[in-house]
Amino acid sequence: MNGAWEPVVGLEIHVQLKTRTKMFCRCPAGFGAGENTQTCPVCLGFPGALPVPNRVALEWVVKLGLALGCEIAPRAVFARKHYFYPDLAKGYQISQYDLPSCINGSMIIPLPDGDHAVGIVRAHLEEDAAKNVHLGGRTGRIGGASATLVDYNRGGTPLVEIVTAPDIHSAEEAKRFLQLLRQTIVELGISDAEMEKGTLRVDANVSVRPTGSDELRTRCEIKNMNSFTHIARGIEAEVGRQVEIWESGGEVEQHTYDFDVATGTLTPRRTKEEADDYRYFPEPDLVPVEPSEEVVERLRAELPELPAARIRRIGEALDHERALVLVTGGLERLWEQAVAAGADRVAASNVIANQLVGAGIDPAAVDATELAKLVGARERIPRKAFDEAISRLAEPGFTADPYLAQEAVSDTAALEPIVDAILAASPAQVEQYRGGKEGLLGFFVGRVMKETKGQADARAVNELVRRKLSD
Amino acid sequence: MSTVVDTLRLTAEEAIGLVERRELSAGELHAAYLEAIAERDGELHTYLRTVDEAGGPGIPIALKDVISTRGVETTAGSRILAGYAPVFDATVAARCKAAGLSLLGKTNTDEFAMGSSTENSAYGPSRNPWDPARVPGGSGGGTAAAVSAGLAPWGLGSDTGGSIKQPSALCGNVGLRPTYGTVSRFGVVAFASSLDQVGPVAKTVRDTALLYRIISGRDPADSTTVELPAPVELPDGERLDGLRIGVPRQAVALEAIEPGVREAFDRSLALAEELGAAVGECDLPLSFDYGLPCYYLIAPAEASSNLARYDGVRYGPRSEGETYREMVERTRDHGFGDEPKRRIMLGTYALSAGYYDAYYGQAQRVRTLIVREHREAFERFDVLATPTSPTVAFPIGEKAADPLAMYACDLLTIPSCLAGLPGLNVPCGLSEGLPVGLQLIGPQFAENTLFRAGHALEQALGLDLVPERLRT
Repeated sequence: MNGAWEPVVGLEIHVQLKTRTKMFCRCPAGFGAGENTQTCPVCLGFPGALPVPNRVALEWVVKLGLALGCEIAPRAVFARKHYFYPDLAKGYQISQYDLPSCINGSMIIPLPDGDHAVGIVRAHLEEDAAKNVHLGGRTGRIGGASATLVDYNRGGTPLVEIVTAPDIHSAEEAKRFLQLLRQTIVELGISDAEMEKGTLRVDANVSVRPTGSDELRTRCEIKNMNSFTHIARGIEAEVGRQVEIWESGGEVEQHTYDFDVATGTLTPRRTKEEADDYRYFPEPDLVPVEPSEEVVERLRAELPELPAARIRRIGEALDHERALVLVTGGLERLWEQAVAAGADRVAASNVIANQLVGAGIDPAAVDATELAKLVGARERIPRKAFDEAISRLAEPGFTADPYLAQEAVSDTAALEPIVDAILAASPAQVEQYRGGKEGLLGFFVGRVMKETKGQADARAVNELVRRKLSD
Repeated sequence: MSTVVDTLRLTAEEAIGLVERRELSAGELHAAYLEAIAERDGELHTYLRTVDEAGGPGIPIALKDVISTRGVETTAGSRILAGYAPVFDATVAARCKAAGLSLLGKTNTDEFAMGSSTENSAYGPSRNPWDPARVPGGSGGGTAAAVSAGLAPWGLGSDTGGSIKQPSALCGNVGLRPTYGTVSRFGVVAFASSLDQVGPVAKTVRDTALLYRIISGRDPADSTTVELPAPVELPDGERLDGLRIGVPRQAVALEAIEPGVREAFDRSLALAEELGAAVGECDLPLSFDYGLPCYYLIAPAEASSNLARYDGVRYGPRSEGETYREMVERTRDHGFGDEPKRRIMLGTYALSAGYYDAYYGQAQRVRTLIVREHREAFERFDVLATPTSPTVAFPIGEKAADPLAMYACDLLTIPSCLAGLPGLNVPCGLSEGLPVGLQLIGPQFAENTLFRAGHALEQALGLDLVPERLRT
């Protein structure tokens, strides 16, 4: 990143709530049913059908607002947002507009150099649109399509839209914010928040300014990013594009871009001829949402310890990076139990975040005491035995003892002939190593481990290879 | 069999008695009305369609064609819903069914209930049973004319700015626009959601109260409904002792009120005093100066939104087009008549960015003032009284080409609609051989007071409300 320019990023996040039923009717909300089977006169916009709000969704948005440090509006109002599109059964979307449920919050991102607050401008409830499938078009858009099929199953499912202040100043920070937000949402139990499934969707508003200034320059919106990594890449690409324009004396124009994951490039969306006018007005079919103080306080009392607080707490005992990985991966409880059972903090963190996750083990199914034993013995027992033990950790009644009894071959006398043979078979690599390419150490160690079928003590092999090469 | 029943004079209460005493079966009663329809509706065109068989053990009912009826075509008087048969019953239709009533048919209406004469129906106008050259009023002209012509014992209408009260006045029967929120709108094709209310139309005040009892009360499917604070009472008193009637000076000062209407209105007030009521004057300046313009911003704004769903995608006729946009544009162009188009344009404009505050926002603020003004009037009075319509039924075609003249028909009914208040039309005399209606307005939930006052006046007036030309 160019040090002379500071990125200014705000995010718009849509979260699909996992309520049993839709936002304004009692159709089941969820994936996997046949097209247009989860519909009724309300979500199909039949004449005379009226919306009735989902009480659970009304509570969940408050819960999320409280977790994000928001003020909860004593009176929130649904409005109608109008546009014609086949995915919108009524010709309007019901959405909170000028009086949202939650305003003025902030989320703390613990960063290595201290906490950083990202302002939450608002969090509001709305209904999702249906799903269009455009046939015969090149772009998957309605323009040029020969036909459009609509699946109204998704139409009317509850969404929360979260809008952040432009408080994010790097792609990495955006990614961390989103990881933390996602974890918070998942732990509140209100959404799966999975980008691949579309239950979490993120648009980024990006601008840049000279470092040290506090002006806000023209921003562009990036859409269509389907993982946190893509979001970070998209932001980086957009920042690069804008910096280049400003530095070459140009002017950034407000526009919306799609991020192309395959090429890492930004494609401008087709400009509409007329400006959008959604003709918002208060939804007359609904009464204002007025949560009682009692309900708000009950929901506040139900909040679990939030991930940001846990990252801070665990970060102090471990280190910030590892704490972030553990907490955003939902791994920290197991880590805490393993450490309590006597495991080394760093080693336990590494084993859990790498081997355990790599083997696809459900952390909730693991006996932390057995895990702690394995962590303690991981350099002593054969690598093969360790890997096998990890892969079986989640099995009911698993015990580490049989693996702990296995001893790795650390006898230099037994290892020496193998090391010699491998060095003799790789004269070119030996030459390179001695010429300064010390990274090749791993290559030799790997060959020895393979030759000994994982039975060798890695530390002993390491030492032996290093000694032989420096002879 | 049917010849034993004089549907022209039979009240709903009497009809219920006949069926309960098994003097007549529900099927025979249903058939008697169908026979009357066959005889007279060719001329009057009050029904868009009828139902051949009695569907319940009770007496029949006519429903305005904005009320969804499961499996029975419901068009709201519009081509854009031609052939549309709802898969569900409106709550009011379901409540009628649950009370044993059988659907007799769907009655004509101005398209999407937009109009004051039924001339805006895509299926042709209805005619007034007192004089078929004249309109029955609107938008619920079909129901009102059917009840007056003995083609239904009673019926349901919907009222946004006067669509129950005004046709009842012009046809000479009783119509109630209930307090906003006491009758479910679920399944009622929406015109302007913050104003639409379903209500009964009948020959007598007691019938009206009886039907209101059946349809009212909270509906979980309509978030804006509430439970009635007190049960509906059937009125039977003949006196009005202690009743304080307020007459808004600004209403009766309107030049548009015809002399014959004024005379009948004044006579009914004098009669009320004889019955023991105290009549006084009150002021509602904002309501009558700004009610109409306020209404013609709010109602079209909401209509432009409510009518957005008619796109030809999911139901109703579809006009083909090369693109989605073209298909929707053609469908709506062919499907909507002039009046809905006019109101969609007005409403879209009133809600547009940059105009919202000056139009829709301002109208809502005025509406709040109108609510307040009425509340203050009810600190001194139990009911307010005005003529329901400034004129008697006018000739078909007279105002059809002049929207503003048509809009002015509702000058007297609109203010209380904006305030969400109940209003009852009671026939109060004839002018030039045509019915004149008295409008009684009450505070929120004061339906029982309106019924009591309306019933006493109705009894004291003793009018013969069978159209003269149909009397035998």
